[in-house]
Amino acid sequence: MTIANPNDFNEPLQPSGWLRYFSFSLDHKVIGIQYLVCGFIFYLIGGALAGVIRVELASPISDFVSRDTYNEVLTLHGTIMIFLWIVPVVNGGFGNYLIPFYVGARDMAFPRLNAVAFWMIPPAGMLLISSYFLAGAAAQSGWTAYPPLSLTTPAAGQVVWILSVLLLGGSSIFGAINFIATVLKLRRPGLKLMQLPMYCWAMLGTSILAVLSTPVLAGTLILLSFDIIAHTGFFNPTLGGNVVVYQHLFWFYSHPAVYIMVLPAFGLVSEILPVHARKPLFGYVTMVYSIMAIVFLGLIVWAHHMFTSGTPPWMRLFFTIATSFIAVPTGIKFFNWLATLWGGRIAINSAMLFACAFILNFVFGGITGVALAQVPFDIHVHDTYFVVGHFHYIVYGGTVFVIFSSLYHWYPKFTGRLLNEDLGRLHFLLTFIGFNLCFLPQHWLGLNGMPRRVAEYDPAFTTLNQISSVGALLMAISTLPLLINVVVTAFKGEIAGDNPWNALTPEWLTSSPPPVENWPGEAPLVKEPYGYGHTEPALAQEATP
Amino acid sequence: MRRAAGLALATIALIATGIWIGFNVNLLPVVASANAPVYDDLFKLLFSIGIILFVGITIVLVYSLFKFRRRVGDQGDGLAIEGNLPLEIVWTAIPAVVVLFIGIYSYDIYERMGGMTSFHDHSAMLAGASDNASGIGAELASNIEVKAHPEIANTEQGKRYWAGIASMDDPDNKTLPVDVTAMQFAFIFHYPEGNITSGELHVSAGQPVQLRMEARDVIHAFWVPQFRLKQDIIPGQPTLLSFTPTKPGTYPIVCAELCGPYHGGMRTNVVVHDPDSFQTWLDQNRQPAISA
Ligand code: HEM
Ligand SMILES: [Cu+2]
Ligand SMILES: [Cu+2]
Repeated sequence: MTIANPNDFNEPLQPSGWLRYFSFSLDHKVIGIQYLVCGFIFYLIGGALAGVIRVELASPISDFVSRDTYNEVLTLHGTIMIFLWIVPVVNGGFGNYLIPFYVGARDMAFPRLNAVAFWMIPPAGMLLISSYFLAGAAAQSGWTAYPPLSLTTPAAGQVVWILSVLLLGGSSIFGAINFIATVLKLRRPGLKLMQLPMYCWAMLGTSILAVLSTPVLAGTLILLSFDIIAHTGFFNPTLGGNVVVYQHLFWFYSHPAVYIMVLPAFGLVSEILPVHARKPLFGYVTMVYSIMAIVFLGLIVWAHHMFTSGTPPWMRLFFTIATSFIAVPTGIKFFNWLATLWGGRIAINSAMLFACAFILNFVFGGITGVALAQVPFDIHVHDTYFVVGHFHYIVYGGTVFVIFSSLYHWYPKFTGRLLNEDLGRLHFLLTFIGFNLCFLPQHWLGLNGMPRRVAEYDPAFTTLNQISSVGALLMAISTLPLLINVVVTAFKGEIAGDNPWNALTPEWLTSSPPPVENWPGEAPLVKEPYGYGHTEPALAQEATP
Repeated sequence: MRRAAGLALATIALIATGIWIGFNVNLLPVVASANAPVYDDLFKLLFSIGIILFVGITIVLVYSLFKFRRRVGDQGDGLAIEGNLPLEIVWTAIPAVVVLFIGIYSYDIYERMGGMTSFHDHSAMLAGASDNASGIGAELASNIEVKAHPEIANTEQGKRYWAGIASMDDPDNKTLPVDVTAMQFAFIFHYPEGNITSGELHVSAGQPVQLRMEARDVIHAFWVPQFRLKQDIIPGQPTLLSFTPTKPGTYPIVCAELCGPYHGGMRTNVVVHDPDSFQTWLDQNRQPAISA
């Protein structure tokens, strides 16, 4: 295997300064930032679309956008948030930035593939959004694109949607291959697997899931596009096709996809909590095993999304049990995090506030998840706002909160400057209140009769929908302190120093921001990335040859 | 010792509060079918467990943040505790037992709701489905009890049904069969008995109903929140759904699967009559059968 050669980065043609970020840079740190910034731009777009949804739902009748537009907005919102914000940011963004540091390498295993994987994303995103303006209509069948609906809505938009998701899936597979190779093959000599920071394990597990399941989505969507373009009958019941088969194939990817969105966040939290609590990560070994257990179980639970489709009783039962058991390894991780905090010297800063709120939000979403896994429970609330509430607690309250926490934690690494704490706390407060206001009432709405993906609803549900919309407004406002903070700090922020948190993980044992080759000399050998209480950062550095 | 006692007491108080809230705070709509109370039993249990876990974890988290917060000027580290195997075994075992219990309990609930009963449609068997069917259909079809019911069977030649929540035993043969056709963006109900076609579903309290559902175009779903029942209506896969309404009244029927621009408007009502007024409704709307 060719190991990345640090001299590659000194190629004379590479632009320097901020122009690096608009180049085909091979530097994993530049690519990481590219992912983060690009993802954040799409987050703002996806958020604006969410705003459209919440304005429409502030009144029970369809009065803000046309019904077709509503479904386009809904489809674009889901697709953008999943494929252009969460997945690229927690995997490609933080993964590219951190993983080479964690394994003691100067870059990812395949730097060019890495750059290719990133540069597939902006065009795919623009393609997706342009379908709204160019193709006459964007896809209207939700991010799940169930046939036959996806075969009967305007074809051009649906085909462009498929193309765009295929590109994004390809990018995700390339990234995953790179992470697997880097973690397994690029470790610094002397560094054992069981000494790696937990985020490496999370990325290893996630990447295995991505490599196993994303090709299934690709194949399925290609067949779907044949049905649309060439009028084949794979999923078209009037031609003898079977629509439930599509659902099986789709969820065979898309349940693992929820772990592709959340396992990296688990990894990031495992890095953040020990640093600010000044305690070792509790139960390293069980953490590793529970990640792998989640990976395995994550592959055999997909049909819990299909309890009301035509699935036979035994299948419903199997998927109920398998899904319920995911709560066990997941629970282990949460108890271990709580134990990490217990007895620490906890700094309550913005990074920590977001990380702790993540724990609460995710536990809430996990509890509703276990309930949803029970067939009889799910039969009532499937495809209702209860499910919308569930997965936003997981994806927003879980992963997005972790992204924000990570931003406060690693921003000094990226730029050498500390984000402003007051603005950070304001950001946290607005996000936390807005989030709960927006998504908590949705559980009640679902239980009491409001289906999801509707532009109009029973007027009895107006008040709670309006509360939810107010929450969404607060969330929109909460991005302002964040944006101001990130931009102003970049120029005027307090200088952080190389290691403002006195952290022990290897990315902090170099300057902030780090040099192109990551460490001036040889990479440090960090055998105890969580050695708080008995290792001093300075000692760790000296201990390296 | 006193701390342990205090902890035990607090845990008991938490569990008691959780159970009390779970069983006394009602988040669900009116109960109007025979399986709704069964569903609500499960809901109450899950709600109680959920409250106990969530509140318990919140208390531990907030307490740690407060108790172990870093004081101004403190530069030290916490204790170098890297794990504790017995503790980790405990918090692997407890959730495992809890989810196992939930799984078994919900299996029992599902069975009581009729979800596990092999389905039971007279017509499919008469049409010889078990001979030529394959896959899921075959498996279900081979479980069908044969029961003569010629007046339905004639209209159902060769049709295979997939079971949703299928019917329980029907010894007295008093089940009301209704054919449901779902299309963008309406449900149409047809009563073989009396040849009635209606945009609303009319049923009689206490009488079991069997819906035989088919979709014309895309996937729809039949949902009555007050019955706690939902079943997708899938083109190419006629599906059964059985239930027994119990409480007279008018309840919404909601389409719960995205089916196009007017999906949100795809709503109608189910009217649960008492037996007498249902008979009146039947008599008033009865159409002469069109001879084939
Ligand atoms: C304890 C773990 C979890 C369990 C037991 C669980 C269970 C479920 C179940 C049974 C459903 C199907 C509900 C329905 O459609 O009727 C569901 C939906 C969903 N879950 Fe979870 N879940 C868990 C964690 C997660 C995680 C970690 C994520 C993502 C990061 C997630 C994201 C979603 C999404 C996006 C949906 C809705 C998909 C859609 O229909 O569009 N869940 N979950
Ligand atoms: Cu899932
Ligand atoms: Cu619909």
